[in-house]
Amino acid sequence: MALPNKPLGETKAVKDPEVEEREVDILIVGGGMAACGTAFEIKKWAPDKKILLVDKAAMERSGAVAQGLSAINTYLGENTPEDYVRMVRNDLMGIVREDLIFDLGCHVDDSVFLFEEWGLPLWKMTDEGKKLDGQKGLKMGTLKEGAKPVRTGKWQIMINGESYKRIIAEATKLALGDENILERVFIVELLLDANEENRIAGAVGFSVRENKVYIIKCNTMMVACGGAVNIYQPRSVGEGKGRAWYPVWNAGSTYTMCMKAGAELTMMENRFTPSRYKDGYGPVGAWFLLFKAKTLNGLGELYAASDASKAELEKYAPYGTAAITPTCLRNHLMVFEMKEGRGPIMMDTVTALKEMGEQLSKKEYKALESEAWENFLDMTCGQANLWCGMNIDPSKKNSEVMPTEPYLLGSHSGCCGLWCSGPDFDWVPEEYKIRYKDKVYNRMTTVNGLFTSGDGVGGSGHKFSSGSHAEGRIGAKAMARFARDNADFTPTLSRSNEELVDLLYKPVRLFLEHCDYTTAIDINPNYLKPDGMTYRLMKATHEYGAGTATYYQTSNKSLEIVLGLLNLMREDCEKLAAGDLHELMRCWEIFHRIWTVESHLRHIQFRKETRYPGFYYQSDYPGQDDENWFCFVNSKYDPKAGTWDIFKKDYIQIIPD
Amino acid sequence: MPSFVISEKCDGCKGGDKTACMYICPNDLMVLEPNEMKAYNQEPDQCWECFSCVKICPTQAIEVRGYADFVPLGSSIMPMLGTEDVMWTCKFRNGTIRRFKFPIRTTPEGSANAYLDLAGKDLDSELLSTEEADGYEIPKPTTI
Repeated sequence: MALPNKPLGETKAVKDPEVEEREVDILIVGGGMAACGTAFEIKKWAPDKKILLVDKAAMERSGAVAQGLSAINTYLGENTPEDYVRMVRNDLMGIVREDLIFDLGCHVDDSVFLFEEWGLPLWKMTDEGKKLDGQKGLKMGTLKEGAKPVRTGKWQIMINGESYKRIIAEATKLALGDENILERVFIVELLLDANEENRIAGAVGFSVRENKVYIIKCNTMMVACGGAVNIYQPRSVGEGKGRAWYPVWNAGSTYTMCMKAGAELTMMENRFTPSRYKDGYGPVGAWFLLFKAKTLNGLGELYAASDASKAELEKYAPYGTAAITPTCLRNHLMVFEMKEGRGPIMMDTVTALKEMGEQLSKKEYKALESEAWENFLDMTCGQANLWCGMNIDPSKKNSEVMPTEPYLLGSHSGCCGLWCSGPDFDWVPEEYKIRYKDKVYNRMTTVNGLFTSGDGVGGSGHKFSSGSHAEGRIGAKAMARFARDNADFTPTLSRSNEELVDLLYKPVRLFLEHCDYTTAIDINPNYLKPDGMTYRLMKATHEYGAGTATYYQTSNKSLEIVLGLLNLMREDCEKLAAGDLHELMRCWEIFHRIWTVESHLRHIQFRKETRYPGFYYQSDYPGQDDENWFCFVNSKYDPKAGTWDIFKKDYIQIIPD
Repeated sequence: MPSFVISEKCDGCKGGDKTACMYICPNDLMVLEPNEMKAYNQEPDQCWECFSCVKICPTQAIEVRGYADFVPLGSSIMPMLGTEDVMWTCKFRNGTIRRFKFPIRTTPEGSANAYLDLAGKDLDSELLSTEEADGYEIPKPTTI
């Protein structure tokens, strides 16, 4: 048997990659819903500009919607943008960017109209109140023409979304042109201009298919690469750790790359720990909203409706006493039951289906059952297989629900991200506008020329897939304006091509230099493989950073310890080694994750209250402290000095209660 | 729930211009072993079970086996992706088989309207291109 001293992968890395230089006006980094929105919109406003989109994967199945979705969670329809702001504000415990949310609410439906036109099947409601799937519902006309969608809540509409991303990608590629898209290229670092302070000038990345480094200069840039996953030890630690709730490939690249360029972050203390079906992480929304199921504690009690739960929610008024309980507080009640020994928490699918069955004909009930399975098969196939493997018939056996490991994101029920400009309207406070040469550019970060959208924009959650697409389009128009207004700019890089290749290919060179020293490729005192570093990060955050190990609790002392460990990890990242291009990608991903987690924990350390019980608890400061902390927490990394600044930023209410 | 490749069925996409599973995997897991000309999942514990490789494989050589750490053996779910719908065959551990068919798209593949001829007019307004073409008016907060 041969010694195990060769890289596992088939895409061997070499010491000296080819270098390809590009210069474009507009660079789009990412290929998910937000980046696709940008790519669709941009040419309508900048037809004569050079545009390039760079995606780490293949756009047809990249980003959070790769697997499909069974609902569009943001469609305003008959609702007002004011009420949309109120909903998001309440769910996120009061502190949100109301300008950004209102603005998104004005545009999101237009993206939904496009999706339907492109072929995404949307369920329709007949005049008699019957539900039709997206194919049968075609005869009802389109939403744009006034057809009624099937609502599962005030904001969500049901779809047949297996091919959601494929449809969006098709329109994106047609709009932008294949020749303007690079797939399987991972952008890992943004580059500032050599001559002008705080001005974006380019980005650098590498192919995961061939030994090639891309050095791309640009005038303006959109960075939209999703949130951060695999930053805390997941509940499943074997093969099942791939079954992350959010896409397992989201590495915090959006936050880290922008932060390292000096862009201001906001609300990085916010996180999302969704409660989902245990292990398979299948969606629960349709079960609550469409099938009217309730959750029971281990004693079979409807704990959420108990007097004790009501009293607990009153502590967090007005959010806790609102008609819809905020997501974090729903978790809070669940975690409370579990800690008191009244777990596990079960979704009462049996009662729900029985009650639905009593109201429906046999045929309608069969359709309902099929809807329940589609809900999984469209977006979390593995949950369906888990039910099959466990012989679960939901009408006969209840399934367990569990809060997951923490995730960082800005588009779902969380709001961490970059501090961005709002739109240039009179009603938007001056403090929410970011100017460059006296002009306001919507969704621009505090780095001139650098834009973000989707998970990247902080302080404005609940965009979901449709909102991320619309926000990408909003950013596209502002970028087109930026490119027009600053057409005379010539980007100049401060680092040479050699320096950039050294930076990107350092893990490859370290590996090649030392890999023959030992007989086992992964164990070598001169370097560390990325999976080892991933385990180290997960262990530290799990134990000290309010992971599942401590029921999401942390403390001053724990934060001090974990920040010390992160500092050591950042130092050890200098010793990351990659035997092939896949591992090189993993090296840069873990590097991005470590920086993102550090900002998350620094923010938690700074905010001396527990704003989001159920998502995390700062045990030294339990409860909310509105007097001192009803404000944003922002932070800024200084790329020249290598220092962090963290500070309060005023919250400004725009929409009355 | 990692994907796996059935040796006998995988031909390394010899007839195609690229290996389909390697092309599509969002997490860069599927690779082609060039000597055997067969694909494999190089990092099964990072598999999101999105079924993208299963759905795209031209020889139906890829299936998925439930995650060893929590899915009992014996079940399987298999999609057949058509142009208009997807047909799922779900096999339970106890042998029960359930089939489901769902629409996936209402227009022919390749027909998405990218509005190639639509040119925006007023770059200084906050209107998106299709909104501008429709004569949409952006609401203002009415309550301030």
